[in-house]
Amino acid sequence: MSSPLPLSPTHTAAPGQGRLIPRLLIAAALLSSLLLVVIPLAYIFYRAFAAGWAAFAANILEPNTLHAVWLTVLVALVVVPVNVAFGIAAAWLVARFRFPGRGALLTLIEIPFSISPIIAGICYLLLYGRQGLLGPWLAAHDLQILFALPGIVLVTLFVTSPFVMREVLPLMQAQGSDQEEAAVTLGASGWQVFRRVTLPNIRWALLYGAILCSARAVGEFGGVSIVSGSIRGQTNTLPLQIELLFNDLNIAGAFAAASTLTLIALLALVAKVVLERRR
Amino acid sequence: MKTRILAAALGLGLALPAMAQDSILNVSYDVSRELFTEVNPAFAKVWKDATGKDVTIEQSHAGSSKQARAILEGLPADVVTFNQVTDIDVLAAGGLLDADWRKAFPNEASPYYSLPAFLVRKDNPKGIKDWDDLVRADVKVVFPNPKTSGNARYTYLAAYAYALDKNAGDATKAQEFVKALFANVPVFDTGGRAATTTFAEKDIGDVLITFEAETGGIAKEYADKGFVRVTPSLSLLAEFPVAVVTENARKKGTEEVSKAYLEFLYSPEGQRILARHFYRVNDPAVKAETAADFPDVKLVTVEEVFGGWDKIKAEHLAEGGILDTLFVNQ
Repeated sequence: MSSPLPLSPTHTAAPGQGRLIPRLLIAAALLSSLLLVVIPLAYIFYRAFAAGWAAFAANILEPNTLHAVWLTVLVALVVVPVNVAFGIAAAWLVARFRFPGRGALLTLIEIPFSISPIIAGICYLLLYGRQGLLGPWLAAHDLQILFALPGIVLVTLFVTSPFVMREVLPLMQAQGSDQEEAAVTLGASGWQVFRRVTLPNIRWALLYGAILCSARAVGEFGGVSIVSGSIRGQTNTLPLQIELLFNDLNIAGAFAAASTLTLIALLALVAKVVLERRR
Repeated sequence: MKTRILAAALGLGLALPAMAQDSILNVSYDVSRELFTEVNPAFAKVWKDATGKDVTIEQSHAGSSKQARAILEGLPADVVTFNQVTDIDVLAAGGLLDADWRKAFPNEASPYYSLPAFLVRKDNPKGIKDWDDLVRADVKVVFPNPKTSGNARYTYLAAYAYALDKNAGDATKAQEFVKALFANVPVFDTGGRAATTTFAEKDIGDVLITFEAETGGIAKEYADKGFVRVTPSLSLLAEFPVAVVTENARKKGTEEVSKAYLEFLYSPEGQRILARHFYRVNDPAVKAETAADFPDVKLVTVEEVFGGWDKIKAEHLAEGGILDTLFVNQ
């Protein structure tokens, strides 16, 4: 962007032309977010409530859709705490220690970011499936991993595993270990250091990571679709239920379920904003 | 406290499948949900009356090839109700049921059937009656890509069979006809659901080709659009095969109820439910009752026209096969 004109000495933009470009850019950004995000989202709610509240409630309270909502929340309730623990541990390990294989570990943890969830689903299918590596052993012991809650949780864990760690790690690295070391020299136990020093320092990043993780866990489709078995009222998560309703030409039901899923995601965002305010 | 709630929640979630005792899992194709929503309670009542026992039927719906794959990997299906014979053959090859599963129930284990048929716009403004009308210059036709959609594969084969029949078995003329049909398709969607959207919501095309059973459902869903169902003079029999997944049923001790469930589909009550969902059935009494919904049609089978699915795969659907030459050259 080299301009042939010399910059004005005071560096302030001229009132006329100078403000035009920023304004155009802002308008373009607003317009594109309106077209790409706001209108489609608003449309989901519009379609969901097109037939009125009663119809919406009937669609959501349909037992299989209701179960899908519950299952989706349950999966998130399992996955998010596990990922919070895993994320803190992994970030702490990478931030505080130097050891051989550290770089490899970092890359490994980020793999779920870069590969498609459907690959995770297929990997688990090939590993735990009846024809898979562990399948015969699992079948012999009557353990149902795939096409049941454990399989869905495993795949969602895989897909969401980097979120917390990725948010917490940069902060831990930036803050260094001075405070923790000071606490230790003052006689704090490991748990006290974690509770009083480490956790307060990373809590906002942790919260942000947990929110991203829950949003992703709630919305996961591709990987779960492979290992779910789509048993309605049992292993259909909300995203799968939406697809099912849509394929069934049950448009009202699909939009009602979609708006619920959107609402869960929006609630997570609102929670984040509220918590940040209280900060 | 929090962890205790979580553990309780987790325990409840894990307990859910175990709690539902005396239940069978029907693994089915993707658009049959409404059908079995009606079939299952009806069967549960019949079963209760006959044996005094309660039974719940769980449903799983997805593309039937994907379902076959999942069952091979351990999805504990007691029965399958599919829309592709080949997908049950896959299960037989995997050792989950007998290779001669088609002998286990009447009509080659297909309790109901359908055929590619047409759905046209309100009052049928283009006067579409038969396959010949679809190659007219003023008609735009909508169906999915036959390379990716099983539904469209039936459409392709049905059009081909019609042209063969009309031209005394002249394959060259049949191929010209199908080519002309392809040329009238403005957009090939990847699947049946997307093609329905193209026709019904984007208002593209004069006629949608899909299974007759679905034309009824689509006409009902978009009642305000006034779509009209049209059955051509000749079409291809599309079977909906069923089977007990004996390996799973034996393990779970559900062989008897699984068999009874599939037999129920052949009973007058079951056949009546099927006919209400615009599937064609064989029960004479139900056929007579519902004749008005199902215009006469000459039905040909994959076996008699094309010599079976294996031959179709090799000659028509394989890379560089007849479908490729017609589809590419449009």
